[in-house]
Amino acid sequence: MQVNLTINGRPVSVEAGSTILEAAEKLDIRIPTLCHFKMDCFNVEHRNGSCRICVVEVKGRPNLAPACSTPVTEGMEVKTNSLRAINARRTILDLLLSDHPKDCLTCAKNLNCQLQALAQEMGLHHVLFKGEQSTYPKDHSSKAIARDLDKCIMCRRCETACNVIQTVGVLSAVNRGFEAVVAPANLKPLAETECVFCGQCVQACPVGALTEMDYKYPVWRALNDNTKTVVVQTAPAVRVAIGEAFGLPPGSISTGKMVAALKLMGFDKVFDTDFAADLTIMEETTEIVERITRNENLPILTSCCPGWVKFLEHQFPELTYMPSSAKSPQQMFGAIAKSYYAQKIGVAPENMVVVSVMPCLSKKYEASREEFSNNGVPDVDIVISTRELADMIKEAGIMFDELEEAQYDSPLGDSTGAAVIFGVTGGVLEAALRTAADWISGSDLQKIDFTAVRGLDGIKEATVKVGDLELRAAVCSGLGNARKLLEKIKQGEVNYHAIEIMACPGGCINGGGQPYHHGNSDILRKRMEALYRADKDLPIRKSHQNPAIKQLYAEFLGEPGSHVAHTLLHTTYVKRGK
Amino acid sequence: MKISSPADLARAAEKENTRPRPPLRILVSMGTCGIAAGTAEVLKELYRQIKSRNLENAVEISEVGCMGLCYAEPVMMLLDEQNGKRFIYGNVNSSQVSAILDAGINGPAVGTTTIERNWYYPENETPADGELQARIVLRNTGRINPESLEQYIASGGYSALAKALTTMKSQEVIDLITAAGLRGRGGGGFPTGRKWQFAADQKNPEKFIICNADEGDPGAFMDRAVLEGDPHSVLEAMAIGGYAIGAHQGVIYIRAEYPLAVKRLENAIRQSRECGLLGKNIFGSGFDFDIEIKFGAGAFVCGEETALIHSIEGKRGEPTVKPPFPAVQGLWGKPTVVNNVETFACIAAIVRKGSDWFRSIGTAGSPGTKVFALAGKVAKVGLVEVPMGMTLRDIIFIIGNGIKNNRKFKAVQTGGPSGGCITAKNLDLPIDYESLKSIGSMMGSGGMIVMDEDDCMVNIAKFFLEFTLDESCGKCTPCRVGNRRMYEMLEKITSGTGTMETIEKLKILSHTIKDTALCGLGQTSPNPVLSTMANFEDEYIAHVTENRCPAGVCAKLIRYTISDRCVGCSLCSRGCPVNAISGERKQKHVIDPDKCIKCGVCFNVCKFHAVEKN
Repeated sequence: MQVNLTINGRPVSVEAGSTILEAAEKLDIRIPTLCHFKMDCFNVEHRNGSCRICVVEVKGRPNLAPACSTPVTEGMEVKTNSLRAINARRTILDLLLSDHPKDCLTCAKNLNCQLQALAQEMGLHHVLFKGEQSTYPKDHSSKAIARDLDKCIMCRRCETACNVIQTVGVLSAVNRGFEAVVAPANLKPLAETECVFCGQCVQACPVGALTEMDYKYPVWRALNDNTKTVVVQTAPAVRVAIGEAFGLPPGSISTGKMVAALKLMGFDKVFDTDFAADLTIMEETTEIVERITRNENLPILTSCCPGWVKFLEHQFPELTYMPSSAKSPQQMFGAIAKSYYAQKIGVAPENMVVVSVMPCLSKKYEASREEFSNNGVPDVDIVISTRELADMIKEAGIMFDELEEAQYDSPLGDSTGAAVIFGVTGGVLEAALRTAADWISGSDLQKIDFTAVRGLDGIKEATVKVGDLELRAAVCSGLGNARKLLEKIKQGEVNYHAIEIMACPGGCINGGGQPYHHGNSDILRKRMEALYRADKDLPIRKSHQNPAIKQLYAEFLGEPGSHVAHTLLHTTYVKRGK
Repeated sequence: MKISSPADLARAAEKENTRPRPPLRILVSMGTCGIAAGTAEVLKELYRQIKSRNLENAVEISEVGCMGLCYAEPVMMLLDEQNGKRFIYGNVNSSQVSAILDAGINGPAVGTTTIERNWYYPENETPADGELQARIVLRNTGRINPESLEQYIASGGYSALAKALTTMKSQEVIDLITAAGLRGRGGGGFPTGRKWQFAADQKNPEKFIICNADEGDPGAFMDRAVLEGDPHSVLEAMAIGGYAIGAHQGVIYIRAEYPLAVKRLENAIRQSRECGLLGKNIFGSGFDFDIEIKFGAGAFVCGEETALIHSIEGKRGEPTVKPPFPAVQGLWGKPTVVNNVETFACIAAIVRKGSDWFRSIGTAGSPGTKVFALAGKVAKVGLVEVPMGMTLRDIIFIIGNGIKNNRKFKAVQTGGPSGGCITAKNLDLPIDYESLKSIGSMMGSGGMIVMDEDDCMVNIAKFFLEFTLDESCGKCTPCRVGNRRMYEMLEKITSGTGTMETIEKLKILSHTIKDTALCGLGQTSPNPVLSTMANFEDEYIAHVTENRCPAGVCAKLIRYTISDRCVGCSLCSRGCPVNAISGERKQKHVIDPDKCIKCGVCFNVCKFHAVEKN
């Protein structure tokens, strides 16, 4: 049913149940918002109606109405630009700023801050209602996420990300009145909670209250240390997002420029996590085939995503036998770099620094897990996010968009199309299917696009004929979806052989360390399309056909699942509980 | 006792009304207020004396709820029902019990304070001629033993439920309440019948009816009085409401700080279940209804219905944007009606006596009565129930007997922290929902705080705002930050650091908060400031331009000086805690303003009125 109304005197007709904000969008009338957050691609809407920035005048209503959460009614007359609405909005913004630090110049969110943008857009140049500001201790307890609650504006977007989307349930509003703030219960430091460091809260935060723990400086220090060999790996999803930080259109594939920049920054070798992704497929698919053949401990769950792994350890400790024991690509890379590659180039592991560039904040935490170090030497030394790398490139004075494309170094930079799609939900499973299908059928299959597992849907299912086997697989992204699926598995309502799970909705393209998308679903779709394009463009698209991987097994590991492989490339999980 | 038909109920009432009883009844006020004033001690002495005098068969003691005479607690009433004689004693202490028993119905006892009953203690549901008050909501409160189901039934209790369930259709009940024009007594004044209709129109098979007993306005205690004094009236009304909207489960959301009310409700629920007045197939009508109690943790904002529902669900007690309204999507997402205690307390009377009767009381737009908690500087603090449309003058100066200590009336705050102050010029305004709103205040839950000439209106506004500040959930910006800024500005004004610009900014912010806050708490929080500013702007201006608090309340603006009346007795200098006063004996003393902390000790101790405050 359609509802007719006017906004600023202009008629518009919208679906019943639409909000004033949605009706205004139809007329290209912009109403500023702040707490409102919407991601069409995941059917997520945070409609808290609490910041009151979007208030508008509605004829006949005694007070102003929040456009984001007021449904339209027939014959409604809305004014978005009356003096009353403008004044109210300015006062609200003034109040928000009066309780917000004015350290924009040194804030991690500078130029990416929606509050700052709003002040600029609304032309607010001084704060009228000055007064006491709320202060809280800063939380740098975790390796991944920094919290500066002085900057929290109580939009509660992070709360929706944490509780509704991810069902991790760490962040919620605590305290009341002026002291109200979003934090873990009892104001516990994040490191002591069940936080999985997915960073969806950081993506959702419009201001600088939630940001990544910053490791740019340790990277600079390593790069300037002559006694160290510094190698870098870049995760699949980084290459299709980093361009955005330099003004390139979303969906640009910037692999070559990024590699060139990393070389200019002074990394001794620029490698690719994609190499390790191929390696992961070798190990994981071996395990999948084995477990399916023995019909044992099914379904097998993927283990690439550290946020998902930690979620499982806390929320479903009884299921920790289910994930593949294969380490994540980041950690496999670190382990191989500091063993196979270090031996190859004659460098002692302690003199090698492995830096990761990840779309993810949980990877910072993952690298610090004690399982992932050898004699006190961590397999991965420093993890920076896509955003941090972009900052470093700017800091180094490198004109990113002018760069000539460069190639990854061999052998740990050689990879396949199967690896690059790890960066999007469904990619790991598709890569595994490509290899499993070949292995089980004993042939080199040409139909390798498993489109059923593609797309941004939260839970996808596919039945794939692999040889004689009807392989039932599911793909799941977003931990809320993972929880639903795991509950069904526990109840015996579903029956799969293999399930891919990624913590972030959409997978790593939407990682907590990616350039801020501010809820723009188009950006995520374009990043996804770019990854599938990158896959198509590569000459080899199956992990087991990667010559560098073959060489690694021939020279060092033996067979997939061998004793050496197990020592270096597999791990165990902790029953953490709540 | 099992009551499974209207006939059973009538028999139970008959049995209680005709049972042999001693000629003399003594009613002792055992509400929280009475207990706090020492009624328990008096009661103990009463039992002791009755035992030692072997009067067990001659006197029946009823422990009743609040009689409304707060200023006179502990209160005790002697009642001889056969000849209608009675004495109401106020400010009773244990030592007077003996004399009261000696005098008996031939009293009054010497050395006691009695209270004229016709003037302050009305009996009737319809106000009698010459009586200002009526008792609909408080019809049983202070009259029957709240722990006795028999007494409730004997006074007509559960007959309304029987009537509704056995002779009326659900829609007829709603139509009746709509026709009666009953409006929500929790503050908003929304028509109860319409609220019920919204919920009844929902197709969902599962619905809820909630009693909001989260009374929290400073100075308001009418809901507590009803719950402590007449808990069954709320249960009966909830069952009627449940029948009307199609709900089979009721929830009473009550603040945990009301332990006596909780105890009496639990007792009442247990009794009703045992008799079959709650549970399956009530009165053989096929209607099932039960009630559970949920505790609030004392958050004022949980009186807001969406916040209340979240609190019951175990979520953070904060409001959400409406729509969706609870009547469509409430507790656990099901259609839900939330009514407050006083609203429920009217229902059974309306069902028994009809809408025309209810409409005959009060005003056309606001039928019925309203209970007010009369507090502050009024001479007789208490709980009063008056027909809507009464003037403040009648309530304060006749029922409340004027202002304490012969001071001058300055203003009265209705609606608690959400209301506004009303001045002498509106004392003759007949009060109802609309008239109060039109003068910048509101009905609210019925707190009525009287202020006299010694009250600083800026300070009063600050007091109420401080309450809101503590009780804001912090969800929306205007309430969370805006009220903080308002408070800071009031602090500036009351401490002498404000300017005219502060006053101007205060006005701007007040209007924005009213216009933009998410829930009723935020939208009304600037009312005390706006109304005191509208009526007493000169006081605000005196604070900022002259650094003077006209009422002499704001400590930072007071200056103490010693006049020539000083005889040098040195009482003040010896009493001064900071040695700010110097002077030789028998010489005029001097206060050092830099040392003075404005505690006022010198002012209070001086026998010669030589210390001046200005």
